[in-house]
Amino acid sequence: MNRYRARTFGLEMLMVAAGAVVAFPVYVLVNLAIRPTSDTSSPIRPTTKPTLDNFTQAWREGGLGGALFNSMLVTTLSVLVVLAVSSLAAYPLARATAKWSRGLFLLIMLGLVLPFQLAALPLYQTMRDLGLLGSVWALVLFYSGLQVPFTTFLYIGFMRALPRDFEDAAAIDGCRPLEVFRYVVFPMLKPITVTALVLNAISVWNDFFTPLLYLSGSDQQTMPVALAGFVGQFVSDWNLIFAALVISIVPILAVYFALQRSIINGFAGGLKG
Amino acid sequence: MTTLSNRHKAGSGTTPPWWFAAPAMALFAFVVLIPSARGVYYAFTDWDGLSPDFSWIGLGNFAEMLDDPDARQAIWHTLVIAVAITIIQNGFGLLLALGVNTMIKSRNVLRVFLFAPAVVTPIVTAYLWRNLLGPDGAVNSLLGAVGLGSWRQDWLGDPQLALWSIVGVIVWQFGGYSMVIFLAGLQSVPREIYEAAAIDGTGPVRRFWSVVRPLLAPAFTINLMLSIIGGIKLFDQVYALTGGGPGHATDTISTLIYKDAFTLGEFGYSIALAVVLTVIVAVASTSQYFVLARNERAAS
Repeated sequence: MNRYRARTFGLEMLMVAAGAVVAFPVYVLVNLAIRPTSDTSSPIRPTTKPTLDNFTQAWREGGLGGALFNSMLVTTLSVLVVLAVSSLAAYPLARATAKWSRGLFLLIMLGLVLPFQLAALPLYQTMRDLGLLGSVWALVLFYSGLQVPFTTFLYIGFMRALPRDFEDAAAIDGCRPLEVFRYVVFPMLKPITVTALVLNAISVWNDFFTPLLYLSGSDQQTMPVALAGFVGQFVSDWNLIFAALVISIVPILAVYFALQRSIINGFAGGLKG
Repeated sequence: MTTLSNRHKAGSGTTPPWWFAAPAMALFAFVVLIPSARGVYYAFTDWDGLSPDFSWIGLGNFAEMLDDPDARQAIWHTLVIAVAITIIQNGFGLLLALGVNTMIKSRNVLRVFLFAPAVVTPIVTAYLWRNLLGPDGAVNSLLGAVGLGSWRQDWLGDPQLALWSIVGVIVWQFGGYSMVIFLAGLQSVPREIYEAAAIDGTGPVRRFWSVVRPLLAPAFTINLMLSIIGGIKLFDQVYALTGGGPGHATDTISTLIYKDAFTLGEFGYSIALAVVLTVIVAVASTSQYFVLARNERAAS
């Protein structure tokens, strides 16, 4: 059954066809992004006189540079904070058996289920009262809290499967709890930290609803909000819009293709938590 | 003496102190718990989001919802989208996983390319598809080019079709995601078991049903959970593809929450909708959890 046969070839063709269905929109995306606006031929016909003008114009007029910077800033800071506080919190939650520990674990589980739409509007009011609306710091604060349940949950699941011997040995050697965590526990968490990093970074980078609420009407934008504004401004100039979309996709796909193995494993494995 | 006191410290060091959880819980409380609790309270008021004066109106908002055709429709659309995505996306995801988990030469490349859309910003793929699905878009051009010109549609402008076009876009983007999770499950099926069944003369369909499917139970749990909850909360793609239109033909609970709060200033009513959303998510995830956990136990 492990030989490559005619039927395997048939399957191969079928699967490549499925790949083509996934690739087709991307072909049209690039095809129209490099097409001068004057060219109004069918979107599936290859562009005859490719140009990069759309990209330079989109970059200049869309404020995409600033948005890219903000997205990177927000993603980096939020993910760092979330990983730090969640791994630290998971340590007692995975090890202690006291009532408070179980209570906090249930709260975390509750946080996994609560849709953020429920908290979004009251939090909007709080952010406004604190004068944080229109600031990327509101987003860093927001994601640092929003991603806690999911990340802590991942860490707890992983930590419960780890032996306690190393921690006990380090403690007997005189390490204080924080040192045990910093030098013994955290390094052992590396596989799940990579998973949590990937999953959090992608969901923070891609989020649209929250920055739409908290940044609208300000000059601080993240990439998704900048794109929405861009589409609103250049309504039917699709060649230009597509160039902007390509600009926004390139960094994500570059990271994805460079790290595809750990990213795919992160998605596939981490969720088994 | 020093050794003794060190050892004493060591004893307490093996159970980490509770305050390690404090920073995470404080952030979590500030961003999620406290605003959610306040949200539940506001759902019973006529708060407009600005004025400090508002009054308790009991179930007023929920009663209004029953009389509001837009809200009833949005709840219905949300359920249709969630169920449709769950079935179609996981169906395709499973077929792709079975196809990739074979001897075909392109399996590694395909795995990477089929998953790629899942990491792209949903609002970006949605804007891309908004053009592709337009009257003069690439989908209609392609249908014309292959001689299926009579199938051309106004995919997003036709109220009958728009909801299904949105489902299609999401399946396109996240089918590869389901595939990757099923694939991880398939690869945990020991080759020997599979080959033993083949040697015993079991056909491929029977082999899948009796050998592979039970071992895929955990992958099913994760995939169904992710797609149903994702479907219920759906906002970005609807916002970018149709804005809830034409008319209200594709409004979901989430797009209605946004519109009611930020274009109509009805914060209280909007939060009541969020409470309904929360209840639907809670019911869906707990019932699914129990059903699938039972299946997992039965399978193992």
